[in-house]
Amino acid sequence: MSEPVIRLQGVSKRFGKTLDFAARAAQGLRRAMGGEVKAQLVRAVDNIDLIIRKGEVVGLVGESCCGKSTVGRMVAGIIPPTEGQVFWHGQDVTALSPAEEKRAMLQVQMIFQDPYASLNPRMRVSEIVGEAARVHGLVDRAGFDAYVDAQLRRAGLDPAYKRRYPHQFSGGQRQRIGIARALSVQPEFLVCDEAVAALDVSIQAQILNLFMDLRAELDLTYLFISHDLGVVEHLSDRVVIMYLGRIVEEAPAEEIFARANHPYTQALLAEVPRIDTRQRQFTAIKGEIPSPVNPPPGCHFHPRCPHAMPACRETAPVLREVAPGHRSACHLNG
Amino acid sequence: MSGLTLEVRGLSTHFDTRAGTVRAVDGVSFSVRRGRVLGLVGESGSGKSVTGFSVIGLVDPPGRIAAGQILFKGTDLTKLREEELRRLRGNRIAMIFQDPMMTLNPVLRIDTQMMETVFAHTKVSRQEAWERSRDALGMVGIPSPEERLSSYPHQFSGGMRQRVAIAIALLHRPDLIVADEPTTALDVTIQAQILAEVQTLAREYGTALIWITHDLSVVAGLADEVAVMYAGRIVESGVVGEVLDRPLHPYTHGLIGSVPSRNKRGSKLRQIPGMTPSLVDLPKGCAFRTRCSHADAACAEDPPIIEPGPGRSLRCFHPQLESVA
Repeated sequence: MSEPVIRLQGVSKRFGKTLDFAARAAQGLRRAMGGEVKAQLVRAVDNIDLIIRKGEVVGLVGESCCGKSTVGRMVAGIIPPTEGQVFWHGQDVTALSPAEEKRAMLQVQMIFQDPYASLNPRMRVSEIVGEAARVHGLVDRAGFDAYVDAQLRRAGLDPAYKRRYPHQFSGGQRQRIGIARALSVQPEFLVCDEAVAALDVSIQAQILNLFMDLRAELDLTYLFISHDLGVVEHLSDRVVIMYLGRIVEEAPAEEIFARANHPYTQALLAEVPRIDTRQRQFTAIKGEIPSPVNPPPGCHFHPRCPHAMPACRETAPVLREVAPGHRSACHLNG
Repeated sequence: MSGLTLEVRGLSTHFDTRAGTVRAVDGVSFSVRRGRVLGLVGESGSGKSVTGFSVIGLVDPPGRIAAGQILFKGTDLTKLREEELRRLRGNRIAMIFQDPMMTLNPVLRIDTQMMETVFAHTKVSRQEAWERSRDALGMVGIPSPEERLSSYPHQFSGGMRQRVAIAIALLHRPDLIVADEPTTALDVTIQAQILAEVQTLAREYGTALIWITHDLSVVAGLADEVAVMYAGRIVESGVVGEVLDRPLHPYTHGLIGSVPSRNKRGSKLRQIPGMTPSLVDLPKGCAFRTRCSHADAACAEDPPIIEPGPGRSLRCFHPQLESVA
């Protein structure tokens, strides 16, 4: 097995709203009267371990509020974890020297969901794509134009358009600009956060094909975050399923789609509309996704789970291996 | 034919802009029967939403219905005065939007909004209006509807808000509901819950549904018939199983081929080259021909509508007869 590029160990991320003046005043009053106003704390990511190896495509799947984007941002080094450690090629990122840290940051690039919000509307495409490479000294002034042309061509764009602004492009083309920008600093790792969710089906296929071509061409490693199981199944080697801040199951892609172990994964797979099923009877799992501010105790999924037992309400199940490379966090596994 | 709730004939909706006339909907014909679901599928800019807005009479200037008939139980809606249309809208015809906050007023309680809808079309007591609102909320699967009636929209989650919007649409047991991407913004498990409710309602009350979406997989599971739109025209329509298993138009073919689950895992997806054309100065002939691998000189003319089978229609000179599989 190849070496891990990124390893998260016991990583948690909490977002808190510090009390403002009014809330503090209310807190003082309430305390005098025997009540309490608490600062709200969201456990976006709750103690997760994740290893991504060289050349792998890991699909990270979950619904709203499950913390998948927060994991992506921590992997990309955009936000630091509240607890736990992130290892980059075996080295703790907090122990890196500033120069090493900069190099590591450059190696992980991110592709965002919204091709409208993630490009500066006042910059020309050549600037958007070339700026980072120039700042980091990957290209000199003389080679700049040729370098930008090459990046654009690799992402499937005509370099003749590089003097244009983002608003002159369609959604799919903008996503290509975002990809060209990410690749211009020669990363080895891409974090794609819902990178095709905003695109039409026919354009989505074009971008997914581009991702697969680039993987073969540049030997890239991907963390592919998506709510779309069809896309993840197609692209990933390994799939990680999250629910309310925790990893509930992870396994090789074929394994998880053939033999899902966790009741949540099973429900998710059953609910996905598929083009091959006709006029099916939709039978939904009950209930809403609880708020991560106040998650249910024990297993977070137990209020919606058809197999919930008393133990599920009390203790959170740990990830346990159910088959080689297949781990699941469920009390049903004994 | 009996049981025909809506019949649209040759509908054209145009927008007059400074850049020229945009033919957002260009000669579209379809029909929906009682208790049936029609899936109206297309990509952005295909005119599917404008078709829906035209049916319910919500096209604002510079848009206008340039031609065609919209026959709702035999009455041509395009001939009605605004006042007559208002009596139908929200009563016999209802709409569900992608964003439930298009329907809901953020500063009014749910009961106020729902009872207002009841009073708009019927003379009933406050008590009866309240009861009808409560029943409607219960019908779409909102737990403890009595209490939820006195909540404000922001106190509901996205999925619950969409249910409230659906409940409002159902208040008068309409004969026709136009739903514009109502589950697109929702999570998979919540989408499945809503699809389940909608399916039951259409069956039980005989409501005809037009379900506008870009998602072929949702249509596959929900709809009875499907119409595929491209650049303002319906390029292919028919019974869901027929169209999805044996697509004849190269565009439908490509669309189905580009769905990841239809391709071998890890293989290259079959993609449609190019992108959707601008509607401003669409050239004569088939709008798909610049992206189509089967296009030839004949495609520079408008393809006629042909009927390759019962209930099936197609707009193409080169029907694809081999299967997609």
